[in-house]
Amino acid sequence: MERYRELRRLVHDPFLLFLVTLVFALLTLFIVYPLVRVLTTSLFYRGEFNPKYFLQFFQRRYLIKPFLNSLTVGGLVSLLGTLIGFVFAYAVTRTDIPGKSLFKVIATFPIISPPFLIALAAILLLGNHGLITEFLRTRFGIDWDIYGLPGLVLTETLAYFPLAFMTLEGVLSGIDPALEESALDLGASRLRTFFRVTLPLATPGIASALLLVFIRSLEDFGNPIVIQGHYPVLTTQAYLAVTGMYNLPLAATLSVILLVPTLLAFVLQRYWVSRRSYVTVTGRPTPSSLKATTSGLKWGLFAVLCVLSGIILLFYGLVFYGSLTRMWGLDNTLTLENYRYVFSTGLDYLLDTLKIAGMATPIGGILAVVIAYLVTRKRFPGRGLMDFLSMLNFAIPGTIVGIGYILAFHRPPLQLTGTAAIIALVFIFRRMPVGIREAVAMLQQVDPAIEEAAVDLGAGFSRAFRRIVLPLISPAFISGMVYIFVRCVTAISAVVFVVSAQWQLITVALLHEVDNADLSQAAAYGVVIIVVVLSVILLLDNVLGKMILRRWQRVH
Amino acid sequence: MSIEVRLEGLTKVFHSHRESVVAVDLLDLQVERGELVTLLGPSGCGKTTTLRLVGGFEIPTAGEVYLGGKRVTHLPPQRRDTATVFQSYGLFPHMTVFENVAFGLKVRHLPRDEVRRRVREALKLVNLEGLERRYPRELSGGQQQRVALCRALVIEPRVLLFDEPLSNLDAKLRVETREQIRRLQKELGITSLYVTHDQAEAMAISDRIAVMSEGRLQQIGPPYEIYAHPANRFVADFIGRANFLRAVVVGAMDEKLAVELAGGVRLEVPFVEGLEPGTEAVAVVRPEAVDILPEGEGDVTAIVVFGHYTGSLATYKLSLPSGETLEVEVLSPQEKGFLSEGTRVGVRFHRQSIHLLKE
Ligand SMILES: Nc1ncnc2c1ncn2[C@@H]1O[C@H](COP(=O)(O)OP(=O)(O)OP(=O)(O)O)[C@@H](O)[C@H]1O
Ligand SMILES: [Mg+2]
Repeated sequence: MERYRELRRLVHDPFLLFLVTLVFALLTLFIVYPLVRVLTTSLFYRGEFNPKYFLQFFQRRYLIKPFLNSLTVGGLVSLLGTLIGFVFAYAVTRTDIPGKSLFKVIATFPIISPPFLIALAAILLLGNHGLITEFLRTRFGIDWDIYGLPGLVLTETLAYFPLAFMTLEGVLSGIDPALEESALDLGASRLRTFFRVTLPLATPGIASALLLVFIRSLEDFGNPIVIQGHYPVLTTQAYLAVTGMYNLPLAATLSVILLVPTLLAFVLQRYWVSRRSYVTVTGRPTPSSLKATTSGLKWGLFAVLCVLSGIILLFYGLVFYGSLTRMWGLDNTLTLENYRYVFSTGLDYLLDTLKIAGMATPIGGILAVVIAYLVTRKRFPGRGLMDFLSMLNFAIPGTIVGIGYILAFHRPPLQLTGTAAIIALVFIFRRMPVGIREAVAMLQQVDPAIEEAAVDLGAGFSRAFRRIVLPLISPAFISGMVYIFVRCVTAISAVVFVVSAQWQLITVALLHEVDNADLSQAAAYGVVIIVVVLSVILLLDNVLGKMILRRWQRVH
Repeated sequence: MSIEVRLEGLTKVFHSHRESVVAVDLLDLQVERGELVTLLGPSGCGKTTTLRLVGGFEIPTAGEVYLGGKRVTHLPPQRRDTATVFQSYGLFPHMTVFENVAFGLKVRHLPRDEVRRRVREALKLVNLEGLERRYPRELSGGQQQRVALCRALVIEPRVLLFDEPLSNLDAKLRVETREQIRRLQKELGITSLYVTHDQAEAMAISDRIAVMSEGRLQQIGPPYEIYAHPANRFVADFIGRANFLRAVVVGAMDEKLAVELAGGVRLEVPFVEGLEPGTEAVAVVRPEAVDILPEGEGDVTAIVVFGHYTGSLATYKLSLPSGETLEVEVLSPQEKGFLSEGTRVGVRFHRQSIHLLKE
């Protein structure tokens, strides 16, 4: 009855009805349908049910090997990344070391830059012609390089520990230091306090960080493609199946195999771990009086942070330095030639990237706030489903999305392969969940009575949304767009499948140069990417964001 | 008189994770043109939900809402001729006072001049002239409240809905503002549905009060009626203070019933339908409807067990021979002297003020 009434009411709110229908159509077409295509392709062969690669899973090395490799890398990266993340978070929240904000900034580098830049740096240092590799070879005659498991673990750990850091920083700063202090007051030793109070309280957060980093590592494509050597993982193997063997059923099967552990970890993280968190116990961040650490520990932590931050800075510095050399490892004379190349031959890539980002950013941003608004504030049949579907791609590795898109859109009526649209669509539907989450969080801060008043006074959905909701959540709207833009310029795992001769991306150009072993040229692309990303973040987030934020703060 | 709001069998069930809450339960209610009806009841009894069902913010599980004789159950808020003054005001934080008030008029595509004129008139009505260019957060709570009222008034809705509009104001301002709301409402003749949990506010402002409990309508009537002739124990207890004394009906005459209270006191009290001689009943005795006299006078002798003095009023708890406790309020206690605990006094009941309830 109530359902029926919700439906009837939609009819009297035509614009809302239109939007709900449109959003469902888009979600079905661009999220559900590609996934379904991946599944059916992995299960059917020439129209008949024949999950042949699943059946051969344990016999075929090219199936089981990448699976085990992915899990090994994921497990190691997850452990190491979370450990480092915890050290960072503990140092920042529980001690008064100097330079905290600098450490935080450095830790965000890997998040906003293309993650595979770290792999590039690692090769500049430890690859075939790496500085250290050459040094070892010439001085000691040791022939060693980083490709394979060590490289994967090193680069992915550096790339994804910031995620653990940010998760755990939130968790640790939510634990009232008074709890630790009272344990100390009661006579517990510092060690005991740490293990009996701090750690147990942080456990759900730690589990969460472990799972999140695990997922990221499994999904990672950029680092493995650069540094995996003879250690294939699922994402790169699936890529190879598509580009090298044109074997789509195999690629689809590999993606489904990749999906299983990722989804499992996602579900665990989302529905089990995050439920068990004690963090909201206090709710307010108390100024910690930081008695729980000795000064020895404090400076020890400081040293560790310095070293790690130093490595990150060194890596990025190396990319910059590398971009200025003629041919890394062979001819290290300084030159601007690589940049000239980026802005002549490579200009197309850059412009294509910006054009596609220019399409995806506003559309994705708007779609995200609209969906956030619909699912938090509107009543209509299927609301829960919309919420679920819109967040689905958050849990799904880019490789699957990419393969899904080529499977779904390579022939009429929806032939999109080869267009800019397909690349933009991948970005929009893959990156939208972050925008949605930000907008939802912000909407939850806005008194519902405000929009209700607008509707009550006669404003239809469209007007209430444009005049009331959008201005009020504009910071989330903007940061959602910034995020999509940044990912358009830095991401690779999904779009690598849908780029074409007509439409290329700068990240893909970078990978080509790595492939060609022209590391200096690759580094120049990397530097340009970072500059673009940084300028957009600074521009949008600071100038525009602050402007809007100021107006917003003024009125609150 | 024409009926502006009619609720028929209105029911709202909320389903949360495990349980279902019946927030509004088969509610029937009518509000006449120009009338102010209050929904009064304890926290969680479904007042706000009822109001939101009328405004269109919630979709009823069952039942219908009519506005001005037209069924509107299926219409969203923007298609209903109502305007709400929200408990939290819901002012648009990014708009000035002027823009806030003008919003509803602009939505209606009125000419710019008319918008300006009507906003100005409306602001004058609530004494907010001169604050047009301020933002909501630059206003005091009372001013914000008036902007909210003004924004609702200016579109001249068929029905005004108030959800505890005064709950964020301090006690003194609350009284002033409620008088202002009532004055405006009467002047403009706006049909209003007003939610509050404050019975004094309801008594002061309403043409009629609808008392609710657990989603159900307990009684509806003018304040006097509700106080003097509560329909049941809940209403009697919720509106004002009340003593409930056990009684048996012993005789019926026209206009009167004879009852015997538990201690053997016989009284003739106003007639109530449906109470035959021989039935058990409860006598609702308001604390102010009792006189305290010297021992030996009045209907019965009682002992003071507790006394409480607040200046204008003394409140006593008396123990009756039946073992029941009687709460009594004495006005101007200075004139009569404060009674200490243990004192034996005579008690006289005001027959006219006693209301019988079926047990
Ligand atoms: N959106 C909702 N979801 C679930 N339950 C709700 C919702 N809104 C109200 N309820 C429940 O319905 C019942 C009635 O709520 P309502 O807000 O109408 O009470 P009220 O009479 O206005 O109370 P108060 O005086 O505290 O404002 C309560 O038990 C409440 O918990
Ligand atoms: Mg309420």
